[in-house]
Amino acid sequence: MKTDFWKRFSKNKMALAGSCVVIMLFVISLLAPWIAPYDPNEIDLQKVLSAPSRDHVLGTDQLGRDVFTRMIWGSRISLKVGFVATGIAILIGTVLGAVAGYYGRWVDAVIMRFVDIMLCFPTFFLILAVIALLEPSIWNIMIIIGVTGWMGITRLVRADFTSLKERDFVLAARAIGASDLRIIFVHILPNAMASVLVAATLGVAGAILTESALSFLGIGVQPPTPSWGNILTAGKDNIDIAWWLSLYPGMAILITVLGYNLLGEGIRDSLDPRLR
Amino acid sequence: MIRYIVKRLIFMVPLLIGITIVCFVVMHLAPGSPTDLETQMNPRASAEYRERLKAMYDLDKPLHEQYLIWVGKLAVLDLGRSFSPDRRPVSEKIMERLPITISLNVLSLILILIIAIPIGVLSAVYQDSLFDKVTGIFVFIGFAMPTFWLALLLMILFGVNLGWLPISGIRSLNYEYLPPGMAIVDLITHLILPVTLAAFGGLAGLSRYMRSNMLEVIRQDYIMTARAKGLSERVIIYRHALRNALLPVITILGLSIPGLIGGSVIFETIFAIPGMGQLFYMSVMARDYPVVMGVLFIGAVLTLLGNLIADVSYAVADPRIRVS
Repeated sequence: MKTDFWKRFSKNKMALAGSCVVIMLFVISLLAPWIAPYDPNEIDLQKVLSAPSRDHVLGTDQLGRDVFTRMIWGSRISLKVGFVATGIAILIGTVLGAVAGYYGRWVDAVIMRFVDIMLCFPTFFLILAVIALLEPSIWNIMIIIGVTGWMGITRLVRADFTSLKERDFVLAARAIGASDLRIIFVHILPNAMASVLVAATLGVAGAILTESALSFLGIGVQPPTPSWGNILTAGKDNIDIAWWLSLYPGMAILITVLGYNLLGEGIRDSLDPRLR
Repeated sequence: MIRYIVKRLIFMVPLLIGITIVCFVVMHLAPGSPTDLETQMNPRASAEYRERLKAMYDLDKPLHEQYLIWVGKLAVLDLGRSFSPDRRPVSEKIMERLPITISLNVLSLILILIIAIPIGVLSAVYQDSLFDKVTGIFVFIGFAMPTFWLALLLMILFGVNLGWLPISGIRSLNYEYLPPGMAIVDLITHLILPVTLAAFGGLAGLSRYMRSNMLEVIRQDYIMTARAKGLSERVIIYRHALRNALLPVITILGLSIPGLIGGSVIFETIFAIPGMGQLFYMSVMARDYPVVMGVLFIGAVLTLLGNLIADVSYAVADPRIRVS
């Protein structure tokens, strides 16, 4: 099973391209202090909004800070938000989905109706409403994106659990007296992890997009902390004079999200070629 | 048919109650009280004034009572008054902006349909052709595209560099002095960018969905029967296959409504369009809780209504649904 996966995965060009992008991003954000040519918060009023040049390959922003440097540091934010927010969504989604699928009956009915209700809210509205009540810090952003994004995963996990719990190995586990908790987490959950993994990879992409949109609107990561979204805000404010502020950070978001999407689809195709 | 609609309406009631509970919980989970803005920021606010303000918003009563009072007002569309200096009723503020948001979303839905369905059908009919591959790549990029960034780029290209399209508002400043013909042109040029961009997000998803639907339908037995009868390929594809592949699209359209409504916050803010999304954004920035809760509630109700319309149209199109 595992060797089959790797065989298929290594033959899938799209998946490999996706993994390259993701690995590169990890390296960049890990090495940010060493590879960034300037200090991300170094203000140089002599060079406000200067176009890309040899000194500043991607130009400078409205305070004369180096855009390339700020984008490198910004990759840390995307990575952090992507993983923490998705982690929260996975945790809530998996537990609720597992409980609903395993116990069925009224437990299932209650949880799934709750999912239906949450899905009625435009996610972006829900996020904004909560932000109105809290301070827009990076931690709050991560938590809010996670807490409003678990419904899809709940449905996935529940579907897996409702079919898996009827299988013989679950009956066998129950026969030797395993507790419900043990059956859910030790026996069934590992079998449901495949679809969760795919959803998680795609979820990271979604969380990065959401964070950048929030930061762009000025209610996400707050300056001076650099994020791709809030560099784009400066791009909008100087739309008629500084195109580089709009072009490059967006490209970074596009490539990152594309990378995670390709990786996610690659994992899905390699796990089970029939799902294509 | 009427029985089916009534059944769907009854199913909506628990969801509606759930929506009110979630709205209420969101409003009350937050630390602090909604009146803090007026009291903490205001050093002259006495303890007595604070109590009076709380009583005014029923914040001194137990939670379940507050909920019942709130729902009671909601039933008659009383969403309270805005915290902003104008103190206008929330429902009035939303209602004057709702038509703009709904028309924008309907326009972009129509645009999505017009573009995505032919793309999906053609890439299924000519599977693995160059066209199919190119649109496949386009779809992948479309899924990953931050649309607000695309908006910025198009604003730079068409608004700043080429100067072809206006980049903010839905009307020019001199709108009232334009002759009627020019006024319509003015409105259209203002709407091109926002509508195109709002549609962009849905394009990728729907064209891919249409493609896989079409591929599935083409393999069905009745298509083979049609071929065996010697019908022309054109009749097979456009009369027999397309009709059946189009059915599930209705459901997808219903499901895409929350995304479109949510997206309106971004587009209306970027393009300075005075719709519900912009109102929501401004109220979030100003912490105008009654308006925030009102828009959140209306957004969810719109989604619910959209799904109802989708369900009913599906039932109209496919009689099998009504029976089961």
